[in-house]
Amino acid sequence: MDSSTLFGIATIGYILAMVTYIVYIAFRNKTIGIIASTITIVSFIAHTGAFFMRWYEGYIMGLRSLWHPPISNLYESIIFFVWCLILGYIIIEIKYTNRSFGAFVTPIAGLALAFIEMTGMSKEIEPLVPALQSNWLLAHVTMSFISYALFGLSFATALMYLIEKTEKKTEPAYIFWSFSLGILIVLLIAMTMDYLEFHVAATTSENIKNYLFKATFKSANSVVAITSWIGSFIIIGMVWAFGHHLKRLIGALNVTPELLDELTYKTVAIGFPIFTLGGLIFGAIWADQAWGVYWSWDPKETWSLITWFVYAFFLHARLMRGWRGKRAAIVSVIGFVAVVFTYLGVNLLLSGLHSYGSLS
Amino acid sequence: MAEKEKSFVDRLWDFFASVKLAIVLFSLIALTSIIGTVIEQNASPEKNIIVLKRLVGENLAPTVYRILDILGFMDMYHSWWFVTLLVLFAMNLIICSLERLPRIWNLIKEPVKPLNPERIPAFPIRKEIVIRHSPETVREALVQSVKQLGFKPMNSPLEDGGYQLYAQKGNWSRLGVYITHLSIIMIMIGAVIGIFFGFNGFLNLPEGYTSDVAYSRKDSKPHPLGFSIRCDDFDVEFYGMSDMPKDYRSWLTVFKDGKEVMKKMIEVNSPLKFEGYTFYQSSYGMLSTGRGFFIFKVKGPGGKTETITKIMGESFIIPGTNIKGTIKKFSPALAISQDGKTYTYAQMMNNPAVYIEFTENGKPKYSGWILKRYPQTWRLPDGSIVQFIDYWGVQYTGLQVRKDPGVWIVYLGCVVMAIGLYMAFFMSHKRIWLIASKAKEGTLIRILATANKNRAGFERKVETLVSNLNREV
Ligand code: HEM
Repeated sequence: MDSSTLFGIATIGYILAMVTYIVYIAFRNKTIGIIASTITIVSFIAHTGAFFMRWYEGYIMGLRSLWHPPISNLYESIIFFVWCLILGYIIIEIKYTNRSFGAFVTPIAGLALAFIEMTGMSKEIEPLVPALQSNWLLAHVTMSFISYALFGLSFATALMYLIEKTEKKTEPAYIFWSFSLGILIVLLIAMTMDYLEFHVAATTSENIKNYLFKATFKSANSVVAITSWIGSFIIIGMVWAFGHHLKRLIGALNVTPELLDELTYKTVAIGFPIFTLGGLIFGAIWADQAWGVYWSWDPKETWSLITWFVYAFFLHARLMRGWRGKRAAIVSVIGFVAVVFTYLGVNLLLSGLHSYGSLS
Repeated sequence: MAEKEKSFVDRLWDFFASVKLAIVLFSLIALTSIIGTVIEQNASPEKNIIVLKRLVGENLAPTVYRILDILGFMDMYHSWWFVTLLVLFAMNLIICSLERLPRIWNLIKEPVKPLNPERIPAFPIRKEIVIRHSPETVREALVQSVKQLGFKPMNSPLEDGGYQLYAQKGNWSRLGVYITHLSIIMIMIGAVIGIFFGFNGFLNLPEGYTSDVAYSRKDSKPHPLGFSIRCDDFDVEFYGMSDMPKDYRSWLTVFKDGKEVMKKMIEVNSPLKFEGYTFYQSSYGMLSTGRGFFIFKVKGPGGKTETITKIMGESFIIPGTNIKGTIKKFSPALAISQDGKTYTYAQMMNNPAVYIEFTENGKPKYSGWILKRYPQTWRLPDGSIVQFIDYWGVQYTGLQVRKDPGVWIVYLGCVVMAIGLYMAFFMSHKRIWLIASKAKEGTLIRILATANKNRAGFERKVETLVSNLNREV
């Protein structure tokens, strides 16, 4: 067995776990909950095994030294992000003996893994170009992704907090969370459609490099594209219209808003220093060593700084009257959107806008 | 008392001391920064007009461009308004910290005091146990258990013959926030020093050449270094037989007042530093007018080895024979097409090859390509070996030249920031009191404790302490 088979098993496992956690939330059946946790842990073990195997494979292929764990390209770093996210989640599940976060955390993992499949990004073990052979870069990437995973967890708890705390459908916080959740669901569905169309039904014989949204928004068939947009608005509208039912579901699961608020703060409080040191400082040191400039305001650096300011906003907002609770949770959700944009948006959207680099 | 009318200075101070301003500045800096990531900075106008056409359409693009240009968005991180935002941010940070520091300082300086056993305030962590021994006999056990939590307890006697143990630790951790804030100011000062007193330039140095200037990135003007630097050699190493570069290396020598003072091989992540200047390996290339030296290591059938340096068209003799090799052709990147023809596939030295004709006593013997990266091509039919070492003097190394007298302040600020964040998030100020008073059945021990961070964690430790005490005494 090689690492990619094991990664495949883990991917399927996480997606199964996601479905099981959602079923668990809906029916509150303890056995289903235990099944969900078991699937998650088994997949995590497979994932861990795959990670070390890939590490070893890179070494025996002579492409990397033993000091270079497999976290050097987009594919490997997303895999590592999911690993940290699930590890963090398992720790929280055990420490707080509460499974219901699973339904909010595993979709993030599912989205990330589906994203790999849909974009058709390279999964090859690549040799390191000279600029990447740096221990600072290694520390930078590792710590960045650990902090991203922590921010991902705080995103999940903040969203749950908002669901529990909002009363009226016209209240801005309610509109905010229902739209955010709606968009998350739309993305999940759109990627599933891509998957079904291109991998299962195999409707196309040609080798499309990037499937992302080709089955929906970016379909060559304009009827499909327009229907997708209309469908998305309907889904978001439905989440808005029926979202208050979620509140009862979460409320019945013994997660108090206070616990969620505490978890949101704690994950940011651990993630922020790790991001500052690893994401910003080590990144700057690496750039200084490799190119002689520790800061050059390039889009990636600037987006890291924007993310940093959003979380600084979060930490300081708690010091002001009226800014604890709902508003702080909204800031935490925005923070994670900035994280995702820093990692993917810069490569995907901005580089498409200009003509440098792209997904490869 | 009627509120006094605040002076203008006081109001200004309050404005800059507020966290609300900080929140506003965080948002403004983050939001405006986004624009600078969409519009390519310091790019040619055409590039950004194309970007704007995609965003706002053909018709609006030129107008939007003009407006953004006037507002400085084409180089926004150096525009007057963005710099103003950063200055406001720095003032906010300094004044806010100064405003709060005295109060925090007093809190840190304040020693823990024993409590009044009659009027104990409501502490978040409180436990009680009764032990069937006199207070004196359990004293040592109590002191030990508090020490185990990392405290150095002090003792104060009670009137009833009991006593009180009390201690605190981590009171300095309250400074963590201010150390973090200070570090941001340090980094900003370091950056400003770099901008005003630094130099950012480049130097393309061919193999064998020496330069005592570098060229500014801004206007390409020569900038005297005060010493000179020579490129002895440049080389690219590849992964296996592929064209994927593994390493770029330059061998450099520094001369000061005519004397050689330093020799170093630099790589991408390992620059050369001399007198405040740093030379980074950043690019490389071939000289268009290149006339270089072929370097061979030639081993005759008798086993004698010689190193030979020749230019194009010159000849050499293989030691111990009458065979003469003449250099005829060179290709920086030789490839063979499907029909067996050779051609050059790149203008970089990806696969350097030299074509040599060998004759013996004037009669043609054999000829062919010798490739630097393929040792099997070095061996001649008669067993001699012509190793192609290098074609020297035709490549230049592209050096990034920087002088940044502020960078050490930036790095120091980074270290300080790491310390500050560690103190702010992972340490807490903890206080604990154990009041042991005489009771009918023995000793009543009341345990009271607080922590300003991670109270639940501290409570668990206190609970362990209590259960240990119950077990031991
Ligand atoms: C990006 C820049 C900044 C960073 C990284 C930063 C960092 C921090 C951190 C890590 C904390 C501790 C938060 C916690 O424990 O939850 C903190 C607290 C604080 N910050 Fe900042 N800060 C920044 C800018 C500012 C600015 C501009 C102000 C000006 C008003 C400010 C005022 C405060 C105050 C008043 C506290 C609370 C202090 C206390 O609890 O005693 N910060 N800051």
